[in-house]
Amino acid sequence: MLKIFEHIGRYFILMGKVFSRPEKGAIYRRRIIREMESLGLDSIGLTAIISVFIGAVITLQMCINLESPFIPRSLVGYATRETMILEFSSTVVALILAGKVGSNIASEIGTMRITEQIDALEIMGVNSASYLILPKIVAAVCFFPFLTILSILIGILGGWGISAATGIMIPDDYVEGLLTDFKPYSIVYSLIKTAVFAYIIASVSAYCGYYARGNSLEVGRASTRAVVSCSIVIMIFNLILTQILLI
Amino acid sequence: MIRAEHIVKSFDGRVVLDDISVEFETGKTNLIIGRSGSGKTVLLKSLVGLHEVDSGRVWYDQTDFTSLGFRDRKAIRKDIGMIFQGGALLDSSTVEENVRLPLDLFTNQSASEKRDRVNFCLQRVRLNNANGLYPAELSGGMIKRVAIARAIVLNPKYLFCDEPNSGLDPQTSVVIDNLIHEITQEYHITTIINTHDMNSVLEIGEKIVYIHEGRKWWEGSKENILQADNRELNDFVFASAMAKRARQAQ
Ligand SMILES: Nc1ncnc2c1ncn2[C@@H]1O[C@H](COP(=O)(O)OP(=O)(O)OP(=O)(O)O)[C@@H](O)[C@H]1O
Ligand SMILES: [Mg+2]
Repeated sequence: MLKIFEHIGRYFILMGKVFSRPEKGAIYRRRIIREMESLGLDSIGLTAIISVFIGAVITLQMCINLESPFIPRSLVGYATRETMILEFSSTVVALILAGKVGSNIASEIGTMRITEQIDALEIMGVNSASYLILPKIVAAVCFFPFLTILSILIGILGGWGISAATGIMIPDDYVEGLLTDFKPYSIVYSLIKTAVFAYIIASVSAYCGYYARGNSLEVGRASTRAVVSCSIVIMIFNLILTQILLI
Repeated sequence: MIRAEHIVKSFDGRVVLDDISVEFETGKTNLIIGRSGSGKTVLLKSLVGLHEVDSGRVWYDQTDFTSLGFRDRKAIRKDIGMIFQGGALLDSSTVEENVRLPLDLFTNQSASEKRDRVNFCLQRVRLNNANGLYPAELSGGMIKRVAIARAIVLNPKYLFCDEPNSGLDPQTSVVIDNLIHEITQEYHITTIINTHDMNSVLEIGEKIVYIHEGRKWWEGSKENILQADNRELNDFVFASAMAKRARQAQ
């Protein structure tokens, strides 16, 4: 238990370093663009594939489970849309990205730590925490919301696709459901969650890597620890944010 | 000149550096020698402030480095070049970007000025046509050269080298040693080198400090190290067959 508080304390000290005394702006711009590429663009494929399948599966499940003459078929479209927007495209996508991006960040920074690259930066007088971590945080927070929107759209498309392909329901009913009772605020809620989750993924996994010690085994451990901690923190904040934003 | 006064450093209660006082001279290649695990790297990192010392002081010329805050240290660090044991090049940057980084960060030079300076330094370490390569594509000797080029790109006043020729063949080792030695004299730098290579010691050891189990056991130069009457040092020096023969020849 004491360990947890120690980690939280060190995490905030690190964040203090990340947000203080930044180096030259031009250098950051270049690094942010690079990070957007490696953290964001490279995750589009994974996000798209998972979303299209989940959208299709949700639609199928709804069709099977809501087989009743009293429930309009359009409810399936409505339910798919809401599930994607409220939970899947923000929280579940964030968990998946925690696995992909989080382990990537932790192992990259952890390797830099044990091969003395971080020391080399410090020796040059560079604020290594800020130089390495800030671009990742900015890139993730700016880019992940696009992934969420993409995931919502593709998921909904997946649902439509499966209903058209299997004929389990009439696609027009699905579309009718999609357009029913749409609250733009749900999207805002989803995007806020994503931005917070992006911050968590980038900063927590960077923390795990930055304090790696020892050899390459430690780097592996750091990246495992990053995924586990990110997932737990994301679930906690999911609860808190839902409480704050929706109730 | 860099001077350490009574430096003590411990990790989790285990003393690694025990009351070390030593002065490293300007324009000379100062060597720290000792067995693996004797505390050489920790001493070097304590001198540059990568490890905070428990007690004692480190002076850079007239400045007490240990008492400075982050901002003032940063000013001194612009005058420090360091070559790490494994090279420590940034893996995600090319050779050219690695060498250029200090220029990007601390100067307002134009792109062409930077390019000229980078090329000059890379030529100085005799590394041509490698600008676009990534560290993973370099050999051990090339990595060391790039690390040297990066360390000298801002014209440092102090140069720290942690085992600059470990893992290199004897010929390349000599080349790297001589390179560092030349640069030291050419720019009148205070150079401190960690090594356990007796070849380097006898080639370029203008001032030598022997560290054993975290203490300073001996100090002198390549001229008198073979005659030293210190048992631990002799065990270290004459561990290799070649050094033994050198003594017999004398
Ligand atoms: N960050 C650290 N935390 C705890 N102990 C450390 C740390 N760094 C070094 N040590 C310990 O300090 C001692 C000296 O290590 P150091 O790396 O200085 O040896 P060295 O003389 O450089 O050896 P080598 O020639 O193998 O590089 C070792 O026993 C090591 O375990
Ligand atoms: Mg060492």
